[in-house]
Amino acid sequence: MAFADRDRRFRPKLPRRKRWGTAVYAMLVLSILVGIVGLVTLIAQVVVEGAGWLSFGFITNFPSRFPERAGVWAALWGTVWIMGITFLFAVPVGVGAAVYLEEYAPKNRLTRLIELNIANLAGVPSIVYGLLGLAVFISLLGLGRTLLTGGMTMGLLVMPIVIISSREAIRAVPSTYREAAYGLGATRFQVVIGVVLPQAVPGIMTGTILAMSRAIGEAAPMIAIAALTFVTFAPTGPMDRFTVLPIQIYSWVQDPREGFSGLAAAGIIVLLVVLLSMNAIAILIRNKTQTRSEE
Amino acid sequence: MNPIRSLATLVMLAGSLLALAACGGGGDDTGLSGTIEIDGSSTVFPITQAVAEDFYILHPGARVNVSVSGTGGGFKRLITGETDISNASRRIKDAEAESAAANGVEFIEMRVATDGLSVLVNLDNDFVECLTVDELHLMWSPGSTINNWNQVRPSYPDQELRLYGPDTDSGTFDYFTEEINGESQVSRSDYTASADDNVLVQGVGGDKNALGYFGFAYYTENTDKLRAIAIDNGAGCVEPTVETIESGEYAPLSRPLFLYVNRASLDEELVAEFLRFYMGSAATLALEVGYVPAGDEVYLENLQAAGL
Repeated sequence: MAFADRDRRFRPKLPRRKRWGTAVYAMLVLSILVGIVGLVTLIAQVVVEGAGWLSFGFITNFPSRFPERAGVWAALWGTVWIMGITFLFAVPVGVGAAVYLEEYAPKNRLTRLIELNIANLAGVPSIVYGLLGLAVFISLLGLGRTLLTGGMTMGLLVMPIVIISSREAIRAVPSTYREAAYGLGATRFQVVIGVVLPQAVPGIMTGTILAMSRAIGEAAPMIAIAALTFVTFAPTGPMDRFTVLPIQIYSWVQDPREGFSGLAAAGIIVLLVVLLSMNAIAILIRNKTQTRSEE
Repeated sequence: MNPIRSLATLVMLAGSLLALAACGGGGDDTGLSGTIEIDGSSTVFPITQAVAEDFYILHPGARVNVSVSGTGGGFKRLITGETDISNASRRIKDAEAESAAANGVEFIEMRVATDGLSVLVNLDNDFVECLTVDELHLMWSPGSTINNWNQVRPSYPDQELRLYGPDTDSGTFDYFTEEINGESQVSRSDYTASADDNVLVQGVGGDKNALGYFGFAYYTENTDKLRAIAIDNGAGCVEPTVETIESGEYAPLSRPLFLYVNRASLDEELVAEFLRFYMGSAATLALEVGYVPAGDEVYLENLQAAGL
């Protein structure tokens, strides 16, 4: 008589369960509010403090000890270059590593060890990558304290993020797709290029956005490779010395003189605009490919 | 749009953006071109930055690159011949000079200004006028348990004492601890520490129980928020002012600032011209960024020593 037993023990307590439901709902709303309020406060504060300093001159000037003459031109181009090199280095290599791990690598202990290491690399403090860049690209390979060194250091820094998210995206492609392609006589390479990667592009783009967003704000590894603090030229080639926006902002934040905290805030606005337009391009591509793959 | 092709398009877009960037730039040339590489102390940086900025206006074809790796970090690069000039907030150490010699790098020391450290209290603090070095040591020595003003001097009121200072990475911290506690980097650690002097200005400015220390330059920017107190080094109370710091009377919390120049770099006309310009404008610019100039004869001697 198990059913009868259970029926007897069952207490509806409907009001109580409903209260619980409401309480949980309230907590969830509160959770999202903390994030949104934090972000809005941050942006509002930066805009209030920095908007007055934004001008055409602020974009096209080099740094200066006079706040009204100071600008981000060198740092802006340094950041554009670094982002470009980071992207060109981290995305092809990262996606390649992810394809290998998901589609080619045998499932054995060595592979698992590699996977574990990649996951751990994502948590290594960024300054360590700066020191790695200093040791490998500058001391060992003699590339100098250049954009190339900076971009590749950033590339190493964000590569774990690219690899992990690309693997997730590749794994999410249904195996029936692969089997169908194999069934038609496609080689493994053809399956990867023609079936798996096209399906995975939206996921890969999401990972790339995360990776580039991380790289654009990093100052520590750039300081470790002695990026410049004062510079009067915009870089013209990958072997040029450089500075980046976070270093310029950091330098202004530290300056106690009147006006420089406003400059720092204006610099943050420029950084956010660069970041958002970069992400907008990526999202545009992701949405295009997503619609296509659902057809 | 083929997804793979769009990914490839993005890669090409990034590449062409770089190519576009490569086409920009290129200033007017006034004959002088080339690159001067400078690294080192964040304390000397404001003067060197000001000089480099004015130099750039005269010679837009020249590149003066200034990084901030700290005095020790700057010397590491000078020693290997990587930089032309090193900013330093202390004299070069024997060990550093020896490695330079081992690398065949000769250098010239140039005094450019003097930095004073100020000890500061809140504007609402009306009882502290002057502190002795011993009293400062009492407050800041490692393991010190002083937490009330009347423990510093019995005549002070029974009022909590809260300490503010730069964090352990700062050259100011090294310098203060060396002078007050007798050994660099040795200090009590239960104080509010920040690498950002701005934070210290805010901290001391908003806390009537506070006592803090940082560079004289930062104090001169914030005299409306803080009050500097006089220091007694055994010869009476001396307030930090431009005059007492330059004369060395404000002891022991004032220190000389240097450039170290790689002698081999002097053969480059650009570096020579930069140093002539530096010594000519350092007096004005050091004052402008809050330091005390070294005196005209010092700047002349620097140039003579370099054969310029």
